[in-house]
Amino acid sequence: MTNTIHRFIQDGEYIVLDVNSGGVHVVDEIVYDLIGELEPPLSEKMPAGIPEKLPKYSAEELKECYDEIYSLYSDGILFSTDEYRKYAELSVKAPIKAMCLHVSHDCDLRCKYCFASTGDFGTGRKIMTPETGRKAIDFLIEKSYGRENLELDFFGGEPLMAWETIKATVDYARSVEKQYNKNFRFTVTTNGMLLNDEKIEYINREMSNCVLSLDGRKEVNDNIRVTRSGKGCYDIIVPKYRQLVESRVNPGRTDYYVRGTFTKYNLDFVEDVLHIAELGFDQLSVEPVTAPSDAPYAITEEDLPEIFAQYDRLYRIMAEHVEKTGKKPFNFFHYMIDLNQGPCAVKRLRGCGCGNEYVAVTPDGDIYPCHQFVGIDEWKMGNIYQGNVDADIANYFAKTHIYSKEGCPDCWARFYCSGGCNANGFIYEGDVRKPHKIQCALMKKRLECGIALGVKVSEASGGEAAETAVPYSGR
Amino acid sequence: MKHIRTINKANLKKTAEKGGCGKCQTSCQSACKTSCTIANQQCEANK
Repeated sequence: MTNTIHRFIQDGEYIVLDVNSGGVHVVDEIVYDLIGELEPPLSEKMPAGIPEKLPKYSAEELKECYDEIYSLYSDGILFSTDEYRKYAELSVKAPIKAMCLHVSHDCDLRCKYCFASTGDFGTGRKIMTPETGRKAIDFLIEKSYGRENLELDFFGGEPLMAWETIKATVDYARSVEKQYNKNFRFTVTTNGMLLNDEKIEYINREMSNCVLSLDGRKEVNDNIRVTRSGKGCYDIIVPKYRQLVESRVNPGRTDYYVRGTFTKYNLDFVEDVLHIAELGFDQLSVEPVTAPSDAPYAITEEDLPEIFAQYDRLYRIMAEHVEKTGKKPFNFFHYMIDLNQGPCAVKRLRGCGCGNEYVAVTPDGDIYPCHQFVGIDEWKMGNIYQGNVDADIANYFAKTHIYSKEGCPDCWARFYCSGGCNANGFIYEGDVRKPHKIQCALMKKRLECGIALGVKVSEASGGEAAETAVPYSGR
Repeated sequence: MKHIRTINKANLKKTAEKGGCGKCQTSCQSACKTSCTIANQQCEANK
């Protein structure tokens, strides 16, 4: 079977993706069935034996459909060939342009699923000093030769526990960015507990994006996201998130995500997506937990049918809203696929860039490929005070792409997930270059929903990206 | 066409020619931090 196309049916719509050109085609049932019988290269004349394989259609109908298929094939947007391997083979170590800055290896919550060992990544509770924050800026400027846009995400633990370090780091970067022809984009990922008027004002002035953690319904959130004394945090954080988002109006500072995690305990997570939307938020991301398979809350293979049904349900809710209003009810991060203006093919070969153009830095200044590798000694890449970066590890990640990962060269989703999360491969499959099987299955399901939703949006808006309608009141 | 509607420009191959400029956002910095998706990133060279 060819790996150059992917056929799927989403809610009665027959969709064919041409993997290598990115072409998305909505087809009727005959074409859908006929395409399933074809193998490239195609010739102008329909292959012999097709009418016998598809007896429910007349030979005339099949020929008419084949002619349309052949026309798209001739245009290079159906059964097109993969011509990107040469770019991957040229992959070399790139400038570092993005940093996950762990300003705090401490947290004021004790979330039961925390992959960071409740904040300290197993390395002891620590807060980064302002001096180390400023040093991280110097390091990023030095290592980002040729790159103008630099990203720095304040992460933890809970980054707002290191508020003075955050301010010192941002203020220092702003004071030097013009001199070095750099444009810093700051983001923060927070649990919301320490938000107050001053922090909200500063975040909305300086941070181009902020990620606000909330798992959805109060009982779902408060079962997992608890304080040191075991009390749920929902009632504390939701009003603060509303205040932050309502006042997030500065140009270039309007992006945000309310981001939740779902686990085996709330496989009906679409209820949580809708709950967050009904709170008035319109930029949402609710994602499967990252956890070892023996954790009681871990997503396991037997959960997949239920999760797929939930993704289908969410697709239907969003698609119906688009059909009725021409607008999406909200943005759901994993369904956001721009079918026309997405990233270039070169970017899609390597994905997140971890360990190469993206690194994580701990409170002590240690460098790791990304936040999920922090605390794993064999992946330590250096320290910002020494200014060294392990070139072998950087080159390894530069050469980690869809043609060097197990299963990816033949997978239809390769230009949408770019091989998936390297850390998940290492942590759960024992090898960076072995994609995590459950994550792959979830990714493919979400991509089908996202592509199908892109079709709805495109048809409703004449090809333009649809705006979201806020507040959501779909139920 | 009677049986097929093509929804988009299908221009992925063209993007390879001038791709890799590095202006765009690093995907893991956007929202996920755990479940990498690339296709929802925007190309900033075309902005």
